[in-house]
Amino acid sequence: MISIKGLYKQFGQLEVLKGIDLQVEKGNVVVVIGPSGSGKTTMLRCLNVLETPTKGVILIEGQSLDFSKAVPKRSVASFRRLTGMVFQNYNLFPHKTAIENVMEGPVIVKGVDKEVARKRAKVLLEKVGLGDKVSYYPAQLSGGQQQRVGIARALAMEPEVMLFDEPTSALDPELVGEVLKVMKDLAQEGMTMIVVTHEMRFAREVADEVIFMDGGVIVERNKPEEIFTNPIEERTRKFLNMIQ
Amino acid sequence: MKMYLNSIFADPERTARLVDIAKTSLQPLLEGAVMNTIPLSIISFIIGLILAVLTAIARISQVKFFQIIARIYVSAIRGTPLLVQLFIIFYGLPNIGLTIDPFISAVIGFSLSVGAYASEIIRAAILSIPKGQWEAGYSIGMSYTQALKRIILPQAARVSLPPLSNSFISLVKDTSLASVVLVTEMFRRAQEITAANYEFLLVYSEAALIYWVICFFLSVIQGFLEKRLERYVS
Repeated sequence: MISIKGLYKQFGQLEVLKGIDLQVEKGNVVVVIGPSGSGKTTMLRCLNVLETPTKGVILIEGQSLDFSKAVPKRSVASFRRLTGMVFQNYNLFPHKTAIENVMEGPVIVKGVDKEVARKRAKVLLEKVGLGDKVSYYPAQLSGGQQQRVGIARALAMEPEVMLFDEPTSALDPELVGEVLKVMKDLAQEGMTMIVVTHEMRFAREVADEVIFMDGGVIVERNKPEEIFTNPIEERTRKFLNMIQ
Repeated sequence: MKMYLNSIFADPERTARLVDIAKTSLQPLLEGAVMNTIPLSIISFIIGLILAVLTAIARISQVKFFQIIARIYVSAIRGTPLLVQLFIIFYGLPNIGLTIDPFISAVIGFSLSVGAYASEIIRAAILSIPKGQWEAGYSIGMSYTQALKRIILPQAARVSLPPLSNSFISLVKDTSLASVVLVTEMFRRAQEITAANYEFLLVYSEAALIYWVICFFLSVIQGFLEKRLERYVS
C-alpha cells in the first residue's frame, strides 16, 4: 500500500504541490490526469524522491519517509528501490545495450551475479516483446521499443510500485499502442501502478481509480466510469471537455 | 633560403656532410624521443587525467571547500607559464631543501598542467550529459558515486575524447620545455648535437619532423578511439 500525507513541494516562491493526500491499495492502478502545471509529474517524482518534498510523509509497503525532517541519503536510496520509474523521454543509458540497461540496476545496486541478472533481464525483455533486440543499443531502437526497455529496466529492480511519467507522450502515435499494451499486461498481473498520462482510453480500460489534479491539489478522485461520464467538480468537467 | 639551398647543392662536399649529420643525428634524437619524450608524455598525461577527473568532480560537488580548492588549483596553473612552473619545481624547490630529479620534476610540472586544463574539459563533458541520465541512475537505486562512475563518466569520456586528444598532442610538444630542466628528451638531444656542428636548421628541422610523425600517429589513434566509442551512437 502507498500512502501520501500532507505532501507539499515548493520550487523557490512557486508552490507546486499544496497538500496531497492519497492512498493506493496494493495491486491497484491509479491514473493521474490534469492540465500541465497541475503538479502531477512533481507528485510522481516526489514518490521516487527525484524531487525532495518540502514537507509531508510518504509510506510505501511499511517504509516511510517524513520530509518535515532532514532525510538521510541512505534511507532515500533504499526507499527509491521500492518504486520503479518510467520516464517520458525513456532516459535509457545510451552507452549500454538493451540487456545491459536492464541488468545495470540488479548487478550494480543489488549485487546480483552477472549471469543470473542477464538471464532475468532476458526474460523481462521477452516479456515486453523485445527478446530479439537484447543486444541493440538504444539509438538503434524506435521510441516505443526504447520505452519498453525502460519499463523492463524498472521492473528488474522488482519494485513494489511502478510509476509512469507520461510514458507515451514523446512517442509517435503509431507506437503508443505497443507501450500501453505492456502496461496493461502489467496491470493485469497485479502490479501496483501510478500513471500520469493523457491517454484517456487507457484510463478508462485499465485504471481502478482516476485522479484529477489541478493547481497542486487533488480536485477529484473516482472510478473511471464515474469521473469520465459524471464528473462532480466543475474544474474536472472543463478539463475533460477540453481534451475530448 | 635560396642562399642556403645554393650552398648545399653547389657544393657536393657540403651536401655529403649534411646527409651524414642527418643520418647520425637520427639515432640520438629517436633515443631521446623513446627514452624521455614519449614516457614523459604518457606518464604525465595519465597522472594529469586522474588529477583532472578529481578536480572536475570537486568543481561540481556540493561541498564548497572542494570547489574552492579546485578553483584555486586551476586558476594558479592556468594563470602562470608552464616554463615558470618547471623552473620553480626544478630550480626553486632546492632552496627549501627539496631537490627533485629532472625527469620527476618534469612529470610533476606537466601532470599539474594537464590536470588543470583537462579538468575543465571533463567538467564541461560531465555537465553536457542530460540530467535525465542522473535521474535514471537514481531511479534504479544508484548512489551519486555509482551514477557518476557507471552512467555519467563513460558518456562524458566520449564527449571529451577529441579535446583530450588535443591536450595530449599539445603535451607531447610541450615536453620540449623539459630540456630546460636538464631532461635529455628529444629537443635537448638536438641542442647537444647542434652545439657540436652548428647545423641548427637541419637538426632542429629533423627534430620537428619526428614530433610531427609522433603527433600524426596520435591523431590516427584518436580517430580509431572515436570510432570505437561512437559505436552506440548511430
